Amino acid sequence: MIVEIGHFALVLALVLAVAQATLPLIGAQRGIRPWMALAKPAAIGQFCFLALSFAALVHAFVVSDFSVAVVYMHSHSATPLIYKIAAAWGQHEGSLLLWVVILAFFGALVAIFGDNLPPRLKARTLSVQAMIGVAFILFTLFTSNPFARLSPAPFEGEELNPLLQDPGLAFHPPMLYIGYVGFSMAFSFAVAALIEGKVDAAWARWVRPWTLLSWTCLTGGIALGARWAYYELGWGGWWFWDPVENASFMPWLMGTALLHSAIVVEKRDALKAWTLLLSILTFGFSLLGTFLVRSGVITSVHAFAQDPARGVFILGILVLALGGALALFAWRAPTLKAGGMFAPVSRESALMLNNLLIGTLTFTVLLGTLLPLLFDVMDSGDVSVGPPYYKWTFIPISLPLIALAAIGPLLGWKRGNIRQAMRSLWGAGALAAAGFVIALWIDWGREMLAGFGIALGLWLLIGTLVEWAERVRLFRAPPLESWRRIRHLPRAAYGMSLAHAGLAIAIIGITASSAWKMEEIRQMRPGESMTIGSFSYRLESVSGVRGPNYIAEQAHFAVSKDGVPYTDLYPERRQYMVQPMPTTEAAIESHIFGDLYAVIGEGDGKGAWTVRIYEEPLVPWIWTGSILMVLGGIVSISDRRYRVGAPNRQPAALPAKA
Amino acid sequence: MRRLIFLVPLLVVVLLAVLFWRGLDPARNPASLNSALIGKSVPAFALAGLTPGAPGLTAADLKGQVTVLNFFASWCAPCRAEHPLLMELARDPNLRVVGITYKDEPAKSAAFLAELGDPFAAIGADETGRVGIDFGLTGVPETYVIDRDGIIRYRLAQPLDSARLEQEIRPLLADLAS
Repeated sequence: MIVEIGHFALVLALVLAVAQATLPLIGAQRGIRPWMALAKPAAIGQFCFLALSFAALVHAFVVSDFSVAVVYMHSHSATPLIYKIAAAWGQHEGSLLLWVVILAFFGALVAIFGDNLPPRLKARTLSVQAMIGVAFILFTLFTSNPFARLSPAPFEGEELNPLLQDPGLAFHPPMLYIGYVGFSMAFSFAVAALIEGKVDAAWARWVRPWTLLSWTCLTGGIALGARWAYYELGWGGWWFWDPVENASFMPWLMGTALLHSAIVVEKRDALKAWTLLLSILTFGFSLLGTFLVRSGVITSVHAFAQDPARGVFILGILVLALGGALALFAWRAPTLKAGGMFAPVSRESALMLNNLLIGTLTFTVLLGTLLPLLFDVMDSGDVSVGPPYYKWTFIPISLPLIALAAIGPLLGWKRGNIRQAMRSLWGAGALAAAGFVIALWIDWGREMLAGFGIALGLWLLIGTLVEWAERVRLFRAPPLESWRRIRHLPRAAYGMSLAHAGLAIAIIGITASSAWKMEEIRQMRPGESMTIGSFSYRLESVSGVRGPNYIAEQAHFAVSKDGVPYTDLYPERRQYMVQPMPTTEAAIESHIFGDLYAVIGEGDGKGAWTVRIYEEPLVPWIWTGSILMVLGGIVSISDRRYRVGAPNRQPAALPAKA
Repeated sequence: MRRLIFLVPLLVVVLLAVLFWRGLDPARNPASLNSALIGKSVPAFALAGLTPGAPGLTAADLKGQVTVLNFFASWCAPCRAEHPLLMELARDPNLRVVGITYKDEPAKSAAFLAELGDPFAAIGADETGRVGIDFGLTGVPETYVIDRDGIIRYRLAQPLDSARLEQEIRPLLADLAS
């Protein structure tokens, strides 16, 4: 019964979404206030019904109602409660419902907190948001209904994929979706602005917090996913340039560009058409990711549903949404009034260069993702694009971007002084040079790129600190004056410093772990030991252990450093009972300069086991950097200027000829 | 002219849409990497049996009757897990189930079968893994369906599960047997 209520609520949400997608839009065009005002209750109601629908699905998982097809296929009565709940979004149908819920959630947030928006803009934005909602609710209902029943109902379910039974992965999809789907808000705002023909500083100020919120969650979601891959897959790596990873990375890159260009619109009323385009494309990449993951068009280790019928449907949505928005863009954007002027050396130029570089990076990832498909479709044979491609495209292009991230904030708006900026950065430059030399010395003749990575990471880290110190006039003004400045610096400035510092730390971690990882694979018997790096691993024993829904072989390694006991590691190889699929649980011990990482593989039946030991330098820095970036996002969202009342809008700016 | 630049994003999306549309063609199977051998005859091989007197298995044995060929090893846990399904398949009188042990000592394979039951009408021992290479084995277990003419019709590069058995393999077997 509850399941049918969920299904019914989904249909009701569709009806509300249809109303929300049409009436407020017409109302805004014709100036009918009550129709425009309809957007708010419709958006809130749509969200409530979708939330109810999703709650019904979660309930079905919690009580293990195997008469529901997705519950039968992805859950089991012996699964721990947290994974029963996580299973609700651990499969195509449920995750799609979550997608729609989050879409409506953002709509409802704008409806509730957007009272300071001009009524027309608000009505149009919510209408556009509802159009996306209609498309995806239809998709859910017609191709991927999570409430489909089985008759007769099976007694027991087939269990969630064991790889997904992990606390990190339980929260990875919701965070990722808040990020992915949240960019729909920027898209809706952009389309609404194009319909109105007006983009100004106020518009940018309304769009930015939504973009920030999405970006923050997406950053967290991607980091969680990378961390999961790191400890669960047992390959000692955290990023594989897999199409599905790229699918989340491309919107992140575009969203990062959008965050930066929106600042220019807000502060200087320039780069307007470009920012609109980015808003559309960022969400476009989210849709593209959804398409790639769910259509089966590309082979990936973790693609969702291999169903071409679904693929055609999402492709339809993609073409309608992106095609429609971009057609509107091509028609309206040329008529936008150009904004403030700026010199070639200025904060604006730096941000523009940032955008160009990020755009190029996104393009290299897109090309790498789609090239195998392109070759296949054109019958030119199979190609696979792997890490070497990204190493020689992505990394060289990102190096100047990182260099720029330290310089840009030191340049003034309109006209900047590059000499002065470089003078402030001499310390950062010296440290970067030292880092470069040390990195080359550690790794002579093997990897030049590592030297650049370390150097630029240090450059950005110190440069970010310097920029903050300049702002508060640390050691230049009296301490009390500096203290006053420290307290009064806008939160957005702290957000930027945190995010840039986080990026710098993550880059150092990424570089070190990619360049200097050590790996040893060997057959070991209990009592034998091997040495890797400065640590010695002795396999003490391998014993059987039992979990709630799996059995496992657990190895015990005694790790010592210079003959002194350091720690004990207990990697496991699990065999889940329902889905006969072995999974590895790597044992990881972190210290500030890296991780010890041990994995136990198959036994040969004669008392020896395949053992893999990794020395992972600076991997904890990647997670620390990601956390700082997320914190930066949160601090920036809390900036006062997004909370105080409506910014004053300039009078309409649509040229007469349009 | 300036207006044309604003049309570029739209054009790119249209081109991408065409690419994706063609990519969705149902005839194109993105997982086709696995199927190099499908539609071809089994590679030639001749393997000894598990015990000195046992008949063993050769490529010629796979002709004349619909055959399910399973690669397994006693050291492989998923093989143990899929074993009951092979036992069930072996009860079907319209087909033959044969096995090849992969990189396994014959005595251990025999003990494995003694413990769990022996579904195989004939067994070849591929101790060196040489035949596995010819088949392009990615690991054990793997299961193949071979028709009367010795042509490989199906390959499963993972353990058998009941859903695949009922939805993919049994219909194919029924089809080949008729």
